[in-house]
Amino acid sequence: MLKLTDVTVRFGAFEALTKVNIEVKEGELVVLLGANGAGKSTIFNAISGLYKPAAGEIEFIGKRVNGYSPDRMVKEGTSQCPEGKKLFPDMTVQQNLMMGGFVHRRHKDQLKTSLEEVYELFPILREKKEHAAGSLSGGQQQMVAIGRALMARPKLIMMDEPSIGLAPLIVEQMFSIIRKINESGTTVLLAEQNANAALKIADRGYVIENGSVVLQGSSKELFHNDAIRQAYIGA
Amino acid sequence: MGKILNQRTVIAVLVIFALVFPLIYADNRYVLHVMTIGFIFAISVYGMNLIAGFTGQLSLAHAGFFAIGAYTLGILTTRNEMNFWLALLLAVLLTSAAGLVLGLIALRTKEHFFAIYTLIVGYLIYLLIDKWDGLTGGVRGLIGIPIPDPIGPLTFESATSMYYLVLAFLLLSIFISVRIVRSLTGRTYIAIRNSEELAQTLGINTRINKLVSFVISVAYAGLAGALYASLTRFIGPDVASTNMVFNFLMYLIVGGIGTLSGPLVGTMLFIWLEQFLRSYQEYHLLIFGPILVLMVIFFPTGIVGGFYKIKAKLQHKKLPKESKYFNPVPEKSTEK
Repeated sequence: MLKLTDVTVRFGAFEALTKVNIEVKEGELVVLLGANGAGKSTIFNAISGLYKPAAGEIEFIGKRVNGYSPDRMVKEGTSQCPEGKKLFPDMTVQQNLMMGGFVHRRHKDQLKTSLEEVYELFPILREKKEHAAGSLSGGQQQMVAIGRALMARPKLIMMDEPSIGLAPLIVEQMFSIIRKINESGTTVLLAEQNANAALKIADRGYVIENGSVVLQGSSKELFHNDAIRQAYIGA
Repeated sequence: MGKILNQRTVIAVLVIFALVFPLIYADNRYVLHVMTIGFIFAISVYGMNLIAGFTGQLSLAHAGFFAIGAYTLGILTTRNEMNFWLALLLAVLLTSAAGLVLGLIALRTKEHFFAIYTLIVGYLIYLLIDKWDGLTGGVRGLIGIPIPDPIGPLTFESATSMYYLVLAFLLLSIFISVRIVRSLTGRTYIAIRNSEELAQTLGINTRINKLVSFVISVAYAGLAGALYASLTRFIGPDVASTNMVFNFLMYLIVGGIGTLSGPLVGTMLFIWLEQFLRSYQEYHLLIFGPILVLMVIFFPTGIVGGFYKIKAKLQHKKLPKESKYFNPVPEKSTEK
């Protein structure tokens, strides 16, 4: 479904990504593991069209999508849930969710169904729908961010560190919901530092360091890899 | 008390007040004139609010566009002796067209670069008007701009009739602003104000949306400028001066940037303050300056925004911390 071949991204003289090769098949849940600044978000932004690769190819559902604008990529079927649950703080919860359905704005019925699905996934959001999004707790804000990304009805959803800053119990809930989203047919690309939790739900993983893929394999392989256990799991 | 002070009632009272105002001051041309000028400036400030307040792009070219509207109407009605209403329409259209062209270039820049760029655009428009003697009359200005042509039995010779004409345009301008801001388009603009990158990743074409917002806001300025020309009957290059745009900005910030009633509150407040402080000449700026600084520090969304914040606090509502703006009315009509 998604294939990155030798993707390189530069900011001036700084090379943020060096020849990154990643493949995500339809229906998979793939995780990118890496520390802060490893390049996970840059990979996401390259896929979503915010950054243009200096070299390499990005292919999405059989189409070369290098240089597509971000809004065009959403129409193609990607959706990004940015790091740090960036919401629109001046809007209510429901307005935030509706913004996520922007590309389907002319299909009112579909939006209604999507909204209903999001509320079923996160019942607490229905209760808080008239609240200003900026007044919610961290976990609830993350739910809004994920719900907003789902409103675009993406074929591929990219979630950037959905567990960051959340209490352990909430993290567990969040990951089981991500699993659920994947099981309902949406391909998921996840960026995480919490390797322990992420590898439990992912099919495969890539380890990113200094803008390159240094290791890849099935979740099982990665989970039992000594280097990863030392670096990310701490056991 | 909450019931008595609800929004509808306040709006109804204000509109009725505006409608009966000329009856109270029927023989006081001065008071009516000041009010009318205030309404005209408010229209322009509503335009600025759309691009600067709701879309988050601080445009400082609005006096320039105000002047394009004023001069288009002035030139068409004096030199070409065109019908006022046709000239008014053309003034708005030409201003919008100029906004489209300049906006295409200006919106390639972001944040403070956009502000600086538009400030320069505004100044260039001023220079153009000042130096292009043949077209604009240069420093001598344009004199003898006619009053609006009558529509059937309606004539616009008296101060009262001009007052009502401008009031009608002001109400229309406010109505359009409210409709835009409370629609999905408005929320698209607010999304861009919050974060352009985020808006893009949700599928919003930010370039087109910013451009449309800019053109609409400039059309407001053009309309205001054209009405101004017809009211004062004389215009000079001063209407395009940077003083003018900073006045608009002051009205907007003190009234409440990014709020729907802020432009009206700020403009009317300052228009009357300026009148009361006129005997102090330039020294009135000694009062305005500190007010502005204090407002920006303590009430970044002005009188109206501050009012809503205090009200929300009294009702123990939680406010978002990340944003200085707060949209107090979730619009239910568009959401089911």
